[in-house]
Amino acid sequence: MSRSPEIEGLLRDAAPRALGAVVRRFGDFADCEDAVQEALIEAAEQWPVRGTPESPVGWLTHVASRRMTDRIRSETARRRRETEAALGESPEPEPVHDRDDVLALIFMCCHPRLTPASAIALTLRAVGGLTTAEIASAFLVPEATMAQRISRAKQTVKASGASFAMPEGEERAGRLRSALHVLYLIFNEGYLSSAGPELARGELSAEAIRLARTVRLALPEDPEVAGLLALMLLTEARRPARADANGGLIPLAEQDRSLWQQNLIAEGVALIGGAWSSGSVGEYQLQAAIAAVHDQALRTEDTDWREILALYGLLERMTRNPMVTLNRAIAAAMVDGPEAGLELLEPLEESLAGHHRLHATRAHLLESGDEIEAAIGEYEVAANRATSLPEQRYLLTQAARLRESLKETS
Amino acid sequence: MKFMLLQAYGGVKAEIEPMSKWTPEEIEAHIAYQRELNDELSERGELVDAQALTAPEMAKFVVHAGSGAPVVTDGPSPESKELLAGYRIVDVESPERAIEIAARGSAAPGPGGVPIEQEIEVREVMAAPRLKG
Repeated sequence: MSRSPEIEGLLRDAAPRALGAVVRRFGDFADCEDAVQEALIEAAEQWPVRGTPESPVGWLTHVASRRMTDRIRSETARRRRETEAALGESPEPEPVHDRDDVLALIFMCCHPRLTPASAIALTLRAVGGLTTAEIASAFLVPEATMAQRISRAKQTVKASGASFAMPEGEERAGRLRSALHVLYLIFNEGYLSSAGPELARGELSAEAIRLARTVRLALPEDPEVAGLLALMLLTEARRPARADANGGLIPLAEQDRSLWQQNLIAEGVALIGGAWSSGSVGEYQLQAAIAAVHDQALRTEDTDWREILALYGLLERMTRNPMVTLNRAIAAAMVDGPEAGLELLEPLEESLAGHHRLHATRAHLLESGDEIEAAIGEYEVAANRATSLPEQRYLLTQAARLRESLKETS
Repeated sequence: MKFMLLQAYGGVKAEIEPMSKWTPEEIEAHIAYQRELNDELSERGELVDAQALTAPEMAKFVVHAGSGAPVVTDGPSPESKELLAGYRIVDVESPERAIEIAARGSAAPGPGGVPIEQEIEVREVMAAPRLKG
């Protein structure tokens, strides 16, 4: 289905708000989601012909509610009594709290009982307003497979007994963490893969940014929400510089920084600055702060590596993630020399045994320390263990470049 | 993460006869098992593709030969046991799940309804670079 960009934009913005209103009225998330999808299809057919309604959210809510009513009417007599109770309420649900509704929807779609892949698919469809076909093509699986994944996800949400009511206290914090993680995964899926042959997937990053903005509208005071949005913007800013014409990866240090998108950097820096001053530091804020230090260096050699090293230290203590330690090792090497970095890698031998990033980082540090032969070996081990083509190509090229340099000097 | 599960003509115990010697019921049971597994994977939202390939006798081996016509050799080659019989591509949450599916494939029934215990090669498909943190 081809929609005009204007109608596409209206639909994508209105879909979750209409869904929120319909779920609030009828309760059954799985059925309501189907009803809104049907209303979206109807809108895509009618609006270009009859014109865009004054209130797209109201129109979609009305049509989807009618579908729900039809659906409920056709069910058993026992159910009919419940229907009449539902129909007895106000004819048009008022979309007053629709920002909270959308947040409640995101919480449902990112329910902790769902696997990440299922939560991602459900969020993109129910909140992002993408069609199943679009999501399937973004994840390179058949449409039928994606349809099943979404349908199972909806059943899982239903079986979990999750209600549309906003959770409170500790549970609310946990649900927000799950939701932010899903948005982070959607962003990365789009950002990391768009250097390869799958260029269209870059749209997933734009979608993740849009969803993060939606969450921020509902929770303007939450510093981690601001941190995540800032992280996305500060990362997205570098997109035009991060791959060559053939899709090969260009490392940060070698990127043409004049291609970085300064408007995104400015917005990200302002966001992280505001969040930082609120005093409650979290993982996304730290990652965003590190991205901001990189983004604000006009030249690679202007990078404030001491600041980055300190931030990675905090992040490491907070997450205990060995991948963070890898990055801290690189920062340590920039501040105190390659030996310091290599020393930090030693304790990772066990937790990251055989991981290509460990070997790639060691190769990089060995090269900085002029241990070229050893660096070549590590680049080759890393290349053989890489799980993505752009990374493998990058690592093989590094090994080849060093072999050439040895030949020239000998 | 996507994995390709490959099965070659070899990789089964020596005493297992080729399928052409099985009874029609045994062949039927084997195919039904594979189909049910595919249906289950599809229902779980994990199946990307599953294909069986035509027999080794139908294989062609093609080699570029400079400006002339490419050299095309007909199968089967003496190493036809190494030729691919079929594959599944699955999109799963973990390597463990891919191994679990491969084990199910390996348990497909053969003569007498006994699992043929075919060896399944499990290979991760190159994807986007993973997350840093």
